[in-house]
Amino acid sequence: MSAPDSGLIDVLGKTFPFPKRHFLSVLDLNPVEVTDLLNLADGFVALNRQTSKKLDLLKGRTLMNLFFENSTRTQSSFELAGKRLGADVVNMSPRASSISKGETLIDTAVTLNAMQPDLLVVRHASSGAASLLSQKVSCSVINAGDGQHEHPTQALLDALSMRRAFGRIAGLRVAICGDVLHSRVARSNVGLLQMMGAEVRLVGPPTLMPAEADRWGSEVFHDLRKGIAGCDVVMMLRLQLERMDGVLAPSQREYFRFFGLDREKLACAAPHVRVMHPGPMNRGVEIDSEVADDLAVSLIQDQVEMGVAARMAVLAALSARLDND
Amino acid sequence: MASRPLAILNARLVDPASGQDERGALLVKNGKIADLVFGGELGTLSDDIETLDARGAMLSPGLIDLRVKTGEPGAEPKETLKSAALAAAAGGVTSIVVQPDTSPVVDDPSVVDFILRRARDIELVHVYPAGAATKGLLGERMAEIGLMRDAGCVYVTDADHPIVNSKVFRRLLAYARSFGVLVAHRPADPWLSAGAAATEGELAGRMGLPSVPPIAEKIMLERDLALVELTGGRLLVDQITTACALESLERGKARGLDVTATTSINHLSFNEVDIGDYRTFCKVDPPLRGEDDRQATIEALATGLIDIVVSAHAPAPAEDKRLPYDEAAPGAVGLQTLLPALLAFHHEGRIPLIDLMAKVTSRPAALLGLPAGRLAKGAPADLVLCDLAAPMVVELADLKSKSKNSPFDGRRLQGVVRMTLVDGRIVYRRD
Repeated sequence: MSAPDSGLIDVLGKTFPFPKRHFLSVLDLNPVEVTDLLNLADGFVALNRQTSKKLDLLKGRTLMNLFFENSTRTQSSFELAGKRLGADVVNMSPRASSISKGETLIDTAVTLNAMQPDLLVVRHASSGAASLLSQKVSCSVINAGDGQHEHPTQALLDALSMRRAFGRIAGLRVAICGDVLHSRVARSNVGLLQMMGAEVRLVGPPTLMPAEADRWGSEVFHDLRKGIAGCDVVMMLRLQLERMDGVLAPSQREYFRFFGLDREKLACAAPHVRVMHPGPMNRGVEIDSEVADDLAVSLIQDQVEMGVAARMAVLAALSARLDND
Repeated sequence: MASRPLAILNARLVDPASGQDERGALLVKNGKIADLVFGGELGTLSDDIETLDARGAMLSPGLIDLRVKTGEPGAEPKETLKSAALAAAAGGVTSIVVQPDTSPVVDDPSVVDFILRRARDIELVHVYPAGAATKGLLGERMAEIGLMRDAGCVYVTDADHPIVNSKVFRRLLAYARSFGVLVAHRPADPWLSAGAAATEGELAGRMGLPSVPPIAEKIMLERDLALVELTGGRLLVDQITTACALESLERGKARGLDVTATTSINHLSFNEVDIGDYRTFCKVDPPLRGEDDRQATIEALATGLIDIVVSAHAPAPAEDKRLPYDEAAPGAVGLQTLLPALLAFHHEGRIPLIDLMAKVTSRPAALLGLPAGRLAKGAPADLVLCDLAAPMVVELADLKSKSKNSPFDGRRLQGVVRMTLVDGRIVYRRD
């Protein structure tokens, strides 16, 4: 290992072995594992800020990015994470290549599995796709977003951002606002934040709220001001524009008026509130630029930085498990 | 081939049509039930009669399954009429009604004729085609209901396709009524259920699956019942699965409407939790419901509000099932597991055996006017002999269907079919 700082080695020593083979859902984790991963990620944040960012923890390992849905940021985040840990990284975009033509997901997985990757990072438009894939391959599978189900590394990086901003997660009051219905980010965040002792609220119009979301252990609000009242963190979700054309909301301007986050509405939150967004943002739709770009309030840039570190932590943990196999 | 007469002795004769459930013996001769005695012996048997000691196993009319899909014509790799018939025979099912959503669609007397000829050649179980209610199952123009009836269709249905246009459905009920033809319809609001893979609720929400609220079933059923009232038509409610729709059904029946309802063995045996980690073998249409709805459905079966149980046999090969949940084909094979799965309610002491058997024998027979479905002198010797208590584990390899998509995979059930007879011929025998 090429000179990581001593704290990191310490954390690595304590964390391993990580008991899971795959990283599919936050519900597979327990608070101790989450804390270990966050501690590890903290170490990687420090590493990433050094001039020499590279370790050889994953030397000889192959990480394959398999993105059935396009996502430049998540894919590059995983790519950087893999490379900084010394892995060989291959990016596959089945949609653009011949891999998926007439082939089922399983066929694709079996084909790629035959190339002996160690870590397979998967994004797919169908809920449960990563889990399905994990049953058919011999490597570790990391869920980088499956349909409307989960995006666990996003929840981990969000938790990391919050912990670094507030020094804790337990007791934080977090409002997750917007299109909860279609959001895998929301589902993973609800699971992980509740597990770590935060109070989670869900805010959005009824058309964008899943049925019986009130049974997720979160209070549901249909009024943004009331929903974010006294909140430490306001997490805005992306709303796809085509869903706002009279389908699930009457129009963009009406949506922004009632559910878009601007300075005036943000004043309802706690004075020290921090604003988050998983990106990419629709400025002027779900969030006003004035809020998004205010570095005193916005954690959005931090989230991107934490993304690489959190993913390094997941890769490092899983590969340690591989070493033990 | 004219087989020897067969005397089945020492059986538990269960005949829902006459309400009798007693030890007894039965004689099969020339394809018919030549004699039967409840609570006694057959008397002296001549030497040419083969005898079989049932050792107390249940002997009942063979099952009549009103909702079976095969892939023939058009999708034979999924299932042929023959493979479905083999599965039926192994499951004690002696009559199947095949759905019209094949390729080509059964909306023309010549396709009806094709299926009947194939079934005759296969010579295993009785195959009755259901005709399409509308041409091409498009829900727009009526199919040739009268001609298809004369060709041998037992009812008309658009299978899984809801007939959205109320004017079309009204005319269909009125027209079919004049021919004495039964119309089957799946109650599902088309807009609420479009694209749904699960039932709306906490679980589907957490799993991120597109879902349909249970009320979608009630909405369409209420319309259907209103149109039955208007036209005096005969309606077969194809798979009722929710408590809210059962309320509507109860009111409709109380008003004296000519309405019969089925439910599927899948909805009686599983709930949405069985989907577990996106198990696509549990993806059926309508989707599995919550436990409250399942309990309400079982209760309605017990009270008689639900008349008939179907297997909803719908073969889907591995390549259609080993997909992400929302992309996977819906449907489950069920011909071979229908009887033991249904018997679970007898073993639990929840529904008397004779009432359960009525749902798959005498009730469907009476509805379609079939000669089978009863134990009586002169009735066709369509019979199933079943060891009620014998345990079994459902193994996919044991399924005769070409597609093995059974949600019962690995389940422990009780009730092993020992022998199935159709018109006195032994079509299945377990040694």
